[in-house]
Amino acid sequence: MVRNCREVKVRELRFLGAWDQPSDFVELTLENPGWDGYRPGQFAMLRPKHWGLELSWGRPFSISRADETSVTFFFQVVGRGTERLARLKPDDEVIIWGPLGNGFSAPPETPTLLLAGGMGIAPFRGYIEKHPTPEFLRLVFAHRAGLDSYPFQQLVGSVRAETVHEKSPDDLPMIIERLQDEVRGAHGGIVLACGPLPFLKTIQQAAREHQVRAELSLERSMACGVGACLGCVCKNGQDKHVQVCAHGPVFKSDDVHF
Amino acid sequence: MDLRVEFAGLVLKNPIITASGTFGFGLEFANFGDLKRLGGIVVKGLSLKPREGNSMPRIVETPCGMLNAIGIQNPGVEAFVRDKLPLLPWRETAIIANLYACSAQEFGELTGVLAGEEGVAALEVNVSCPNVQSGGAAFGQDPTQIRKVTEEVKKRSGGKPVIVKLSPNVTDIGLCARAAQEGGADAVSLINTLLGMAVDIRSRKPRLANVVGGLSGPAIKPVALRCVYQASRAVTIPVIGIGGIGSAEDALEFILVGASAVQVGTANFLRPDQAFRIVDDLPRTMLKARCEDFASLRGSLVVS
Repeated sequence: MVRNCREVKVRELRFLGAWDQPSDFVELTLENPGWDGYRPGQFAMLRPKHWGLELSWGRPFSISRADETSVTFFFQVVGRGTERLARLKPDDEVIIWGPLGNGFSAPPETPTLLLAGGMGIAPFRGYIEKHPTPEFLRLVFAHRAGLDSYPFQQLVGSVRAETVHEKSPDDLPMIIERLQDEVRGAHGGIVLACGPLPFLKTIQQAAREHQVRAELSLERSMACGVGACLGCVCKNGQDKHVQVCAHGPVFKSDDVHF
Repeated sequence: MDLRVEFAGLVLKNPIITASGTFGFGLEFANFGDLKRLGGIVVKGLSLKPREGNSMPRIVETPCGMLNAIGIQNPGVEAFVRDKLPLLPWRETAIIANLYACSAQEFGELTGVLAGEEGVAALEVNVSCPNVQSGGAAFGQDPTQIRKVTEEVKKRSGGKPVIVKLSPNVTDIGLCARAAQEGGADAVSLINTLLGMAVDIRSRKPRLANVVGGLSGPAIKPVALRCVYQASRAVTIPVIGIGGIGSAEDALEFILVGASAVQVGTANFLRPDQAFRIVDDLPRTMLKARCEDFASLRGSLVVS
């Protein structure tokens, strides 16, 4: 599979969410940098070409979907990098290197439960699109912001999907219980999860308890994205430091020590 | 245009070397450029035994730079020789091993493992990594220790050039460079990172698990340039410039103040092909600077 570093143009940048409210949720579509494919769950590093030296790193984002002409990412504005990225305009140039990391398993004809938390829904769009037997997939999406802030509607119709809305912190116990139930119910199949750390921890614990095969996609700050700087490590099952960018970002649930 | 540089018994295609800790073992970047086009590659710091490194978080982005406290995580020198070195284009590009140890004796043993390796062009001795408690910092801040470690490595290097990488966290960088020269170093490289810190007022915690870490990137370039200038005047052995170099122009600046070659570090994170792009930009930048070759540029700074 091609892995490269290219300068490509922004095709489209749009904010998701209710039309009458400011939004932090961004869908960014770039020209395809000449990739011949990617594995859902993989990511790419982005750095607008006009960034000066103030920011030293690119920013890692899960590839949401890609076709022969374009690549799409979803992100939420959370810091200095994403604030600047959200100001991109069509035809601005972005340096992109990828596809990076390993990606999710996609066993055909296997009941597969996709558990997405917030922006963790991003990789599942491409996953569902590319899956050989999508009728075996089911998505449960836990979210905090309004549903239209996420690329959720695009998935409805192509896959069985349910949502869990965390309206206040009081809803957390209910969500945790729901996730535990879902994981238990996935016995015999496979669970793929992407979301914030407490979300992943809950799933890992439930998967261990009920002996369910699960894969977790981790999020980290990264400098290089290619395994060189050793700034994004996690502990694996043997309690050894491994780079999330190069050995992950998707890990077998038993292979991460939080 | 002749981009070659020769110093300390090394012949490099060009003066652009990738700095230790920022370019992995080189292989991580093979998708983004032809490793053979680089002047050299200094690999990730190697210790005698594998090291797990520090806890997370280990890196923080700071204005025009970054802090790191990785703690020399590495698979150990033997794994490097067995698994990485054979895959590197060492016949075409100088592969420089970076050595990390906690005692002069350990430095000696480590050197012994690498001295016989045909694929290793030179040894760079890390006496300045500030991240590991009771580690390199103590050596790097004491000229007597620098000399002792240099002697120990030189004794067992089997004729390979020995480069001593100096810390800027000292009062007199010239004194440290001279200590390396007296210990028999074939070259010095500088600067390693500047000790720094970042904190979060909301959590009231340091941003690095190690509390303090090494500052690198364009933010430190003026400090690096000054150190290279001073060190070049203090010693007769060649100096390799390091610190915030991200363009061919930066590289020429360091050569102007006395460097024989330069290392590109944090700039490798701007984009993974940055070191290759700097090599590509050299001829154009030399023309602009009306510079025919590096030998005539080196140390030609006009100070009135």
